[in-house]
Formats: sequence, structure tokens, C-alpha cells
Amino acid sequence: MAPLEKIRSWIDGRFNLNELLAPFKKKTVPRHRLTYWYFLGGITLFLFVIQVLTGILLLLYYRPGANEAFESVQYIMTQVQFGWLIRSIHSWSANLMIFTAFAHMFSVLFLKAYRKPRELTWLTGMILLFLVLGFGFSGYLLPWNTLAFFATKVGTEITGQVPIVGKPLMIFLRGGEDVTGATLTRFFGFHVAVLPGLATLLILIHLLLVQRLGISVPPKIQAEWLARPTSQREMKFFPNFMLRELMAWYVALGVLGALAAILPWDLGVKADPFVPAPAGIKPEWYFLFMFQTLKLIPSKVAGIDGEILGILSFGLVAFLWLLIPFFEREHPARTRQWIAGVALFALAYIAGMTIYGHFAQ
Amino acid sequence: MKTVGGLSFARFTPVVYPYDLEGRCMATTHTGMAKPEGPVTPVPRRKFVQALLGTGFMATAIAFLYPVLRYLIPPKALDMGSDSVVAGRIADLKPNSGKIFRFGSHPGILVRTASGEFRAMSATCTHLSCTVQYRDDLQHIWCACHNGHYDLNGKNIAGPPPRPLQAFDVQVRGEEIHVRRRTEA
Amino acid sequence: MVILHNKLRAVLPAVMLLLVVCMTSPCRAQTQASALQAHPQAKNSCLDCHSILPDELGVTEEKFSHDIHSQKGLTCVSCHGGDANDDDAGQAMSRKAGFKGKIAHKDVPQLCASCHSNPAYMRQYNPSLRTDQLDQYKTSVHGKRLAAGDTKVAVCVDCHSVHDLRPPSDPQSKVHPLNVATTCSRCHADANYMSSYKIPTNQFAGYSKSVHHNAMVARGDLSAPTCTTCHGNHAASPPGVANVANVCSTCHVFQAQLFSSSPHQEAFTAAGLPGCVTCHSNHEIVQPSDELIGTGEKAVCTQCHTDGDPGFTAAAQMKQQLTQLAASIKSADEILGRAERSGMEVSQPRLELTQAHDALMKSRVTIHSFKPALLEADIKLGMATAAKDYEAGKKAMEERNFRRVGLGFSLVAILLMLVGLQMYIRHIERNDRRKEAVAGIHQ
Repeated sequence: MAPLEKIRSWIDGRFNLNELLAPFKKKTVPRHRLTYWYFLGGITLFLFVIQVLTGILLLLYYRPGANEAFESVQYIMTQVQFGWLIRSIHSWSANLMIFTAFAHMFSVLFLKAYRKPRELTWLTGMILLFLVLGFGFSGYLLPWNTLAFFATKVGTEITGQVPIVGKPLMIFLRGGEDVTGATLTRFFGFHVAVLPGLATLLILIHLLLVQRLGISVPPKIQAEWLARPTSQREMKFFPNFMLRELMAWYVALGVLGALAAILPWDLGVKADPFVPAPAGIKPEWYFLFMFQTLKLIPSKVAGIDGEILGILSFGLVAFLWLLIPFFEREHPARTRQWIAGVALFALAYIAGMTIYGHFAQ
Repeated sequence: MKTVGGLSFARFTPVVYPYDLEGRCMATTHTGMAKPEGPVTPVPRRKFVQALLGTGFMATAIAFLYPVLRYLIPPKALDMGSDSVVAGRIADLKPNSGKIFRFGSHPGILVRTASGEFRAMSATCTHLSCTVQYRDDLQHIWCACHNGHYDLNGKNIAGPPPRPLQAFDVQVRGEEIHVRRRTEA
Repeated sequence: MVILHNKLRAVLPAVMLLLVVCMTSPCRAQTQASALQAHPQAKNSCLDCHSILPDELGVTEEKFSHDIHSQKGLTCVSCHGGDANDDDAGQAMSRKAGFKGKIAHKDVPQLCASCHSNPAYMRQYNPSLRTDQLDQYKTSVHGKRLAAGDTKVAVCVDCHSVHDLRPPSDPQSKVHPLNVATTCSRCHADANYMSSYKIPTNQFAGYSKSVHHNAMVARGDLSAPTCTTCHGNHAASPPGVANVANVCSTCHVFQAQLFSSSPHQEAFTAAGLPGCVTCHSNHEIVQPSDELIGTGEKAVCTQCHTDGDPGFTAAAQMKQQLTQLAASIKSADEILGRAERSGMEVSQPRLELTQAHDALMKSRVTIHSFKPALLEADIKLGMATAAKDYEAGKKAMEERNFRRVGLGFSLVAILLMLVGLQMYIRHIERNDRRKEAVAGIHQ
């Protein structure tokens, strides 16, 4: 027997692997003109794995603490062999992952894969999206440079504006009244322990649900297939879909490498809390649409403070977004149209505001 | 033509199969005809694909593992923090003398006073950023560019400098003189 | 008699008002109340009325409380005479009580000096205060003109204020270093007031644009020069053409030394031109740039030198040397910056570049020798360092470019993998199709 075969049968004898893997062998992926959108989830997962791996590597040299963090990242960038590569991949992959996570969410919305019985998949996915944004926010501070320092200050300040719970939440996040070394330590804890733990758990649940429930087919295509059963095509998940997914992953790897080598991630200047904030400070692009919205809201709307209104509105929208699958009770067709409309508007809004925020003074 | 399990004996001659290009069996009867198992692509092509995959995989694996392995090996320059450097050795600095040392990409000045004490501060003059020096005749710090004078605490005492020199903390450990920036939490 | 009559004429309206006001009960009540508050021990009838009089004669309790004299225990009587215990205005301000009235402008210096020039007296209050102000004042332009009968000139109270006189260390004092120029400008920038004196009135405007003013106001350096630093305070006079260089050289030592051994020293003295000021101006001393030297538009050298004379050539040469060094440093700085942003370690070359920067600083001082040969040494050192650092930066960038080669390799590897996978997928799927077809046919 080939060596690979030998190993497999040895493991199988001890894990009963064949029984375990049997359902995977049977799993299929619907094949239609929108199949390509199914790749996004896998790409996001791949990027998450990249983050974990590069993150672990960075952990070997990074030192959290206001007087060492910046220097340790500088050390990684300049002294450690290929440190620049690992760090730049980590930063770029973070941004790409947030992008693909959003794209995955929107594709699920437009492909209507959130419908019953996949509500829990949607929920876990949305929570994962929030966690990913949390990863981005906490990780951004870790190099302790000026941009990150002030971005964190502004971001936590906005959190503090929420009525009642805002202030305690802000103090919890900051580890005190102001952004200090304590904030850095805390964010480090969130970024490498709390969030990864939660994310892993949720990913497992999310994947389990996807496995158990199978891949959803958009209603229009389902209708087509009902009308013409011969047009229904399926692809085996393993190895056909998996191999295609693998191709996408290799492309992502290539893109990451190219970005890291050609556009290395900036280090900036070490944060100095006593220096006033640089003019025109902006958060990273994935928060830009919210930031720009808050900037545009007038300071008082019908007597209520504009900024608080903005923050609460975003909170409300996020909450309603979580509940999207549950709106389809009666008149599913009409609700679906509504949801699609809202989703399209949201996509346009986010894209538009991000671009606007990027170019605004 | 003889087929056994769909594999042809002839390695390099084009193989004819009992299926047309649409995959429809062309044989009139199936009794006695063994159902082909295994791949039906030509062997050289299959081997090429396998070779390609194998090479590709190895190449990407190397491209991935090589940087990671090099990364794991700690670099020689262990001094990471530009918050603390070894400015010099006790034996190298006589009393009433000073020496410029490197603190990151900025100069620092280490002074051993006439009484033997060590003082360290930034060597960037606060007037127009020239590098200051120690004057053993004046027993304090002086900037040659525009005649600025600083005392041994870094305070600007004469000439154009508007602010004192940033002072550093000095720690003597054995033979080495460690200088550290004064930082907040 | 006539004197008294004149004095009465001046103050009569005020006195009438005073009598009216003081006769009415509110004044009386206030008198008693304020007497208790202001001077729990000593009575001060002067303030009781004068604190409610209009501006010309008004001195409020609050205003006087800021006065250093008041804080030290002196009162109105100390300068103006009179009787502070007497509520009756006529008696309190009588000649018999020693009342001096409003002190005439020309008499002010003498009055102040009656204490301030008395070392034994001043020792009681502040032994470190100087006591020669009056002597100095007498040598000043103000003092001399006052002696000649000009009452428009400044006397003690014009600069130091009166009744709320604060020590110079008090930031609200009119003679605090930050406020001196403004105080002088009250007269010296007023074209109408100064019209009879035939001296310019643009000094304050010029000074406000100067680097000295900037050092004090923007950089907070209180030791930066203001009007009194160069002109003196009590002995205020212009330094004079021959001596202005001495004034500048008290701080700008190196430049002065180099200048005095330069060919310009003799030339300027012969031409009656002031050193330093000829090129740098006296009040509007702006931040000098490299444009100031050479033969360009903004250069001062061409004011005297013309094409062909050795000075012109020297100026052009020095300008060229400076420009070369500055440009060399800039390009090294730029490439090091690019390397840094790409993540390369260039702190050593960065440090060395500061040496080149030092050389440039020094050469801008050495210019004052007006000898290109002397400048050459500094320039050479700076150029060598800058060139070395530029090389280091270039090397760092090459190292960075090497990364792209590595990237190329890995991209090729990935491409191989992609092609292989694509072919493998096709191969599998062809098999699958055949199997399906077979299964379909065999059903």
C-alpha cells in the first residue's frame, strides 16, 4: 500500500475515520450561475486561519506595554527575518477578511440563504461579523502608533456617548478614563485570547450548521429546478468544490504576498498622549461609513443630541439586522423583496459613505 | 484492443476506448465486459497533472515555510527597545569627560562629572538641532553651532537654546552603563 | 497765590462734585463701610472718595490693591502728601497737610527717585533692587529731552503705570518682558504723537515680524531680546551706528567674531555702515534663509557688490556651496525616509545624517567670515557624510527590492499550483461525467 494509504488506514482504525467522514463524502454543493458566491465563506475562513497563524508568529516577538509595543513592532519589521512579511500579511489579511466577511454577509442576504431553517447560521454569522470588527478595532491599537492611539480614543469616545451604558462600557474598554497603557494591555487580551476563543466557538457552530443543513439555493433557482428537474445540477463538495475553494485560497495567498511585498504596512510614529491629535484623524476604512455619518448628522436633531441619535440608530439597525430571518413569517415573497431592497440600500450607503469619508477633509 | 479495467497496455500509443466522446458506451453488449474502473484520461496527461500538482505544492510549501522558519530563528540584535541602550562602559569614560552614544536614530550624550557621577541626556540642541558636546574646560555641555550652554542637568543656561535637553535615567549594571528614556505608563 | 488760583481752577469742578457727592448720605455710609473693609488698621480717607470718582481722579480700591507699593504698606500720602485720616476733603488736601496734588509730569522722576535712589531706604524692602535708575534715566534720550523741557517724553509712570504698578516679573506688568514692546509702541508707533521728532515709527511693526519676537511669544523664551535689551530700559537710547554690532554680539558671539575678522568690518566702518544691521535690519530681523546670501533676487550682497568684483564672486560661491550641501542632505533624508517607510532599519545612517545637518548649521554661521575657503571645510565634511548616508539609503532600498524577487518566485509557485489544480479538477470532472453517463445508461 502507498505510505499515505497506510497512514490513513492506521488512523481510521483508531478514530473510525471512515464513518466520521462518510457524510462529508456525500455532501454536495448546488451548481448554478450564482455558485461562485459560495466561495466567500471559505475565503473568510481561510483568511481567519492566516490571521491565527501569522498572529501566533507575531506573538513570539510582540511585547504589549506602552513603552515596548511600538519598538517591538519596529523590531519585527526591521530586525526579524521576514518579520516585515509576517506583519504586513497580518495587517493586509485583516483588512481583506473584513471585506470578505461583509461580502459574504451581503451575498447571503441577496442569495436569501438566511431563510428558515438557517436562522441560527445567520445569527452566528452576524455575531462573527461583529467579532471580526472587534478584532480589527483591538488589533489596530497594538502597534501603539499615533494614528492607532487617536483612532482608539475617538472610537471609545463614541462608545461612551451611548446613554446609560456608554460610560461604564467606555471605562471597561479603556481600562480607565483615558486611553493609556492599560488600554493597550486590555486590547491585547481581547485580541489574542477573548475574541479568538469566542470566534473559534462560533465558527465551529456556524460550520456545523452549514454541514447539517446543507448549502441553500436561491428561491428563484429553486423554482427553476422544480419546473425543470433535469436542469438541477450538484457538485460534490469533496473533492470538486474543495479543490476550487483551494484555488481561491491560493489566489488569496498570492494577493496577500504581493500586497505585503509591494505595499508594506506602515509603522508610523510612536504614540505620544501629550501631543494634540493630528488634523483630519479618521478611523480605518471599515468604520469610515459610521464615522462619516456621525460627522454629517447635525448637532441637534429635534432636541436630541445628533451624535447620540446617530449611535443609537446604528445600534438599532444592527439589532434589526440580526433579526432579518425572523421577519419572513407571513408574505415571505413581499418581505424578501423588502429585505433585498434594504440590503441594496445598505450596501450602496456603506460603499458610498466609505468613499465619501475617504476623500472628505 | 484489449482493455483490462480500462487501462491500456500500450503506454505510448493513443488508446481507444469503447466510449464515444459524450461518454456513451459504444459496445453492443455489456455482458462479460468489465465495467471500467479508475481514470479514463491518458496516462501521460495524468502523470503530468500529478507532477504539476506535486511541484506546485512543493514550491508553494517552500515559499511558505522558508520565511516562517527564518522568522522563528531569533535575530542577533536582541536589543529591541529603543527605550534603553547600553551607552558605554565604565572603563571607557574618565571623570570630567563626555561621549556621544546612539539612542535609536538620535544622539545622546553621556557625561561623567568631575566627581565621578554619570549623567545622560539627549544630545540634540533645542535651538536648531545641532549635536552638543561636553566641554571639560567649562565642565558643562556646549553647542558649537551658536554657542549654547547647558548645565549638567540639561538646563539651558546661556545662549540661544530655548528649552533644556531631555534628561535620561542612568543605571550602572556591572561594567555597563545603561541609559533609559523617561517614559509615562 | 496765582499758583493756587491756577490749581483751583483746574480742580474746581471736581471739588464741587466731590462736595456734592460726599454730602449725600450714601457716600457717608459707604465711607464708614469702606473704611472698615479696606483698612482695618489704618484709615484712608483718600480712597473713600477717590474710589468713586470718575476716571481722571478715580483710583479704585481694587486697582490700588495690585500696586506693589500698596502691598508694601505705602499709601496715597507717601507720594501725594496730605492727611489720610481727615475726612474733610478741604483739610485733607491742604497745603498745611503737605498735599502735593497731581504730580507734574516733569517732577515724576525726582519723586520716584526720592525713594528708589536711596539704597538705605530700598534695602528695607528689596535689597537686590537697583537704585541707579534716575542716573541712568538722565543719560537717556527721554531724560535729556525732559530736562530740556519736553513733557511729551516718557517718565517713570508712563512705562511702569501708576496706582497699579506691578513688579516686572508679574505677567500683567507693563514692563514684563512680553509686554515691553507694546508699552514702548504706545508712543513710538503712534505717528501723530511722534510727528515732531522726525524718527521712524515702524519699529514695533518690524519687531513684531522678527525672529526675536517669535522666540518670546511663540516659543516662550523670556530671555529673547525686546526693545530694552538692545536700547536699555532706564537709559534708553539708540545704540548708534558704531556700536550696534556690540549689542548683537552679546548673544551672537560667533557671528560677531567672524565678522570682525572679515573684510566687511573695515569696509563697513569706513562707509559708516552699521555691522549686522546692514544685512539683517535692526528691528525687522526675520528668520534668515539661504536666499539672503549670493547673487539672487532676495540676496543682500548685490546691494553693494556688482558682477565682476571679488565680493560678488565670493557671494555666488558661498551660495552655491550652501545650496549643494542642503540639497545633498535633502536627498539623503528623502531616500532614508523611503527606506524607513518600507520597514528598513536605517537608524545608524539617520544618526550620521545629523552630523551633516550640524555641518550645514555651522556653515551658515561661518558665512559671516565672508571667506569661501573657510566655508569649504564645513561643507566638505557635510557633503561626505550626506553622500555616505545616501548610499546607505540606496542599499536599504535594494534590499527592499530583493523582496520583490522573492515575491515573484512565490507567485510563480502559486501559478503552477493553480494550473495544476485546474487541470486536476477538469480531469476529475471528466471522470465524473463519464461515470454519470455510464450510470445513466446502465439504469
